[in-house]
Amino acid sequence: MARHTIPFEPDDPCHSFLTTCTPAEYGDGPLAGVAVAVKDNISTKGIETTCASKILKGYIPPYDAHVVGLLRSAGAAIVGKTNMDEFGMGTTTENSAFGPTLNPCDPSRVPGGSSGGSAAAVAAGMVRMALGSDTGGSIRCPAAFCGIVGLKPSYGRVSRYGLIAYSNSLEQIGPLGKTVQDISTLMGVIAGYDRHDSTSQDRPYRHTPAADIKGLKIGIPEEYFGRGVDPHVADVVRKAIARLEECGATTVPCSIPSMEYALAAYYVTCTSEASSNLARFDGVRYGPPPDTRKPWHDAFQEVRRAGFGAEVRRRILLGTFALSSGYYGKYYAKAQVARENVREDFNRIFHDVDVIAGPTMPTIAFKLKEKTDPLSMYLADILTVPANLAGIPSISVPCGSSEGMPVGLQIMGRMFEDERVVDVAYAYEQAVN
Amino acid sequence: MADAEGQVIVGLEVHCQLDTKSKLFCGCSTDYRSDGPNTHVCPICLGLPGAMPALNRMAIEFAMKVAKALNCEIINEAEFSRKNYFYPDLDKAYQITQYDKPLALGGYLEIEGDGGGEKKVRLTRIHVEEDPGRLLHMGNAERGKYSLVDYNRAGIPLIEIVSEPDMRSPKEARKFLNKLRATLEYLSVFDSEKEGSLRVDANISIKGSERVEVKNITSYKGVEKALTFEVTRQKNLIRRGQKIDRETRHYLEARGITQSARSKEQEHDYRYFPEPDLRPLRVKSWLDNIVLPELPDARRERFIAQYGCSPSHARTLTGELKLANFFEQVVRGDPSGLSPLAATWIADTLIGELNYRDMSLDLVDPAAMIGLVQLLKSGTITDKSGVEILRVILDQRHKGEATETPDAIVKRLDLGKAPSDDTALLPVINEVIAENPKAVEDYRHGIDASGNFLVGQAMKKTRGKSDPKVLYQLFSKVVRTKEV
Amino acid sequence: MVTEHEVQHIAKLADIGINTEELGTFTAQFNAILDYFDTLDTVKGEGTGTSELFNVLREDEVEISLPQEDVLRNAPATEDGFIKAPRVM
Ligand SMILES: [Zn+2]
Repeated sequence: MARHTIPFEPDDPCHSFLTTCTPAEYGDGPLAGVAVAVKDNISTKGIETTCASKILKGYIPPYDAHVVGLLRSAGAAIVGKTNMDEFGMGTTTENSAFGPTLNPCDPSRVPGGSSGGSAAAVAAGMVRMALGSDTGGSIRCPAAFCGIVGLKPSYGRVSRYGLIAYSNSLEQIGPLGKTVQDISTLMGVIAGYDRHDSTSQDRPYRHTPAADIKGLKIGIPEEYFGRGVDPHVADVVRKAIARLEECGATTVPCSIPSMEYALAAYYVTCTSEASSNLARFDGVRYGPPPDTRKPWHDAFQEVRRAGFGAEVRRRILLGTFALSSGYYGKYYAKAQVARENVREDFNRIFHDVDVIAGPTMPTIAFKLKEKTDPLSMYLADILTVPANLAGIPSISVPCGSSEGMPVGLQIMGRMFEDERVVDVAYAYEQAVN
Repeated sequence: MADAEGQVIVGLEVHCQLDTKSKLFCGCSTDYRSDGPNTHVCPICLGLPGAMPALNRMAIEFAMKVAKALNCEIINEAEFSRKNYFYPDLDKAYQITQYDKPLALGGYLEIEGDGGGEKKVRLTRIHVEEDPGRLLHMGNAERGKYSLVDYNRAGIPLIEIVSEPDMRSPKEARKFLNKLRATLEYLSVFDSEKEGSLRVDANISIKGSERVEVKNITSYKGVEKALTFEVTRQKNLIRRGQKIDRETRHYLEARGITQSARSKEQEHDYRYFPEPDLRPLRVKSWLDNIVLPELPDARRERFIAQYGCSPSHARTLTGELKLANFFEQVVRGDPSGLSPLAATWIADTLIGELNYRDMSLDLVDPAAMIGLVQLLKSGTITDKSGVEILRVILDQRHKGEATETPDAIVKRLDLGKAPSDDTALLPVINEVIAENPKAVEDYRHGIDASGNFLVGQAMKKTRGKSDPKVLYQLFSKVVRTKEV
Repeated sequence: MVTEHEVQHIAKLADIGINTEELGTFTAQFNAILDYFDTLDTVKGEGTGTSELFNVLREDEVEISLPQEDVLRNAPATEDGFIKAPRVM
């Protein structure tokens, strides 16, 4: 394959990148020469991959994540690795061990998270598109806060092989971009079956966005406009939905009763899985050296205390607790039943409607250091986690602003109907531009 | 029947490496034993961040074969779980194993019980899991101790077979293990000769007292040794009126003893939960397509019926796949004439001589055994010469020297049976009689031992080539004649 | 209500290394979050646990392993091809 290079020495005042590749190599293909940023929890052969954690500082994967291989064969130029909340655990990108990313729309605010670096890099125009990962909103939240488009694909459409796992049963890699067309193009490159990911499905994405949504039925869940949602944000989103009606769609009120406990089910599940996923970081095979003269538990504790940030340690503790003897039934097992209930709620609603629409986030981007209490931070994910619990596709598309900051319209679809949510987002984008 | 107070009760958990080509969750070769450390390792079995497991179909097929052979029930939906604990040889800090949804439940294995006759040992379950890496303990107290890890073994497929506490002695435990090994070998899913391919944890209690778990038994002989040690230790404690602690003990192979594991290690909370990167298994229907080969019990019955083997010879010969195959290679083409003699010579003499040399059956050429048995059958050599010839053959093989056929050895050592007619042997008989007047006198007075002594002296003079039976008859004839 | 003692026990299970200064904060945050998790007590039903995707298996084929130098490259300490680790004896 022909290899070419482009220089990549951007001005990065918002601290989107942890690593830049300059010059960046690229080949021939549908993305020939397109600069793509990759979230730093996606393994890149020969390029440092840290998950924004001290515990992986200096770690250089000897292999490419499946999606990175696909990007390379599509000719893309991987220009760097983007900042994030450590191991994906956060909603602001402030939990990076290497300092926060700032929101290009207002540098006194957070870009959202955890894929904040990827979103900021796109919003600032440093790259046309980027890869993020979405466990409970980590693509859609920063897309909404930075005013760009982000898609969380249906669970199984994009291989997770090489994505450093935070919560395996919830997360997907997905595209971020300035336009719906761009995220659709990137989705076309990364979707498809991978034998290395046993949860991946043979459902490639070959789609060109179409703006025709005549006759589309949109479900409007009351919970997405109720308690905890900023009324200004709700207003902006309502107006956006009205635009979709002008394009020929009809709306149907609906309700997701399982929202009552969806966030709890989400946090129990993701912290449980994380407590196990992050146990391997003991300094033996990679990471900071343990003191080998000490007994192993003592040595591992030292490495892990120094290597993980506060939020990561908090979630590991929570997950360890939720799985521990005597509590498994009350927390982990119950959360799995709750997940099934969420799935059933969506199935029931999708019987009558084609997509569900609402705000992506309950508020606009927070001020830096505004949120300090962990629980109030967790509550900000309330509108994004249902799609992860159910595995369904969900997109966030910019739909106006409140207090001068972007607001995102979230569109969720039936399982594997990623093409449809893309089309609805495209129809909105075309209507307002 | 309820066990009496003081009865030894044993249950086993046996881990066997399945003989697949690649590891359980990745494509790394399982053939690692002759290569350097960390040379059969990839992102998956090294637990690199982002790597995901992909389940080996053959490992599941092998485990299903075992389950069918051991009469287990395959559950409708099996699942893998993570067993979370920290240890430097555990690459992901969790082991992917099966917990509440194991592949197979129930089943049994028949062994020869201590009371004679067949005995059913019930099984609890069979599940599939991955092997961890291997640790070397380095350094010393002064300069600091540390570990070295080799992840080549990490991810090798294992099955764990858990028995009910149905064995009543260390000997029965050994028999269970031997029978299990034979069964797995007959199924071609396991190679017992690979170092470390089998590991056993044993639960042992004396009826009326607490149960002790003995971990870390890595050899077939070790099981009986470790359990015998435990029986003695526990019985001594009971005799002295002391209580037996419910605990985990490690077997120290080199010293033949068990040692209490530190109590800290016993506070485990493995926090099992379903492995989210693997999908469930619904493989019950595969059972119909599994065709089992002839298993040890069936082969034993056939050896008795087809070759006229004694039940005990048939049990020995079929107790190891290689031995059974060797026997059938030796008797092939001569099912009626040679077999009982071959069975005796292989099951009794050959095995004894091999064990004495710690030598593998692989080194023995079936053709040599055929030659030897034929010489014995035709009466060309005596049993004593037969043993001598076998020893020569084995020693030559063992030392890697040029080998001779049994016929050549007979010629070289002049081991052909001496003529058994009276005229040739009479001079020897007369010589012995002349040299041992006291023994002749005793023999005449009916002391059998003296007769045997005289035969022995005559055997010496013919260098073991004469038939002792013929000699005995001659002595009795000659001595009687002289009396007249 | 979770006690500091329980949090310490959990920290030990997770080998997370918690020090006494942090223990109070962690325990307080823990209790607030666990209170919120209590909404799960209202979840009804047993769940079916069924999944549509099952029997995902690969063939038993050997693939090339990593070169030893790649295996060892990220390890902080190695010796003769082995990876150095804390003592267990
Ligand atoms: Zn491997």
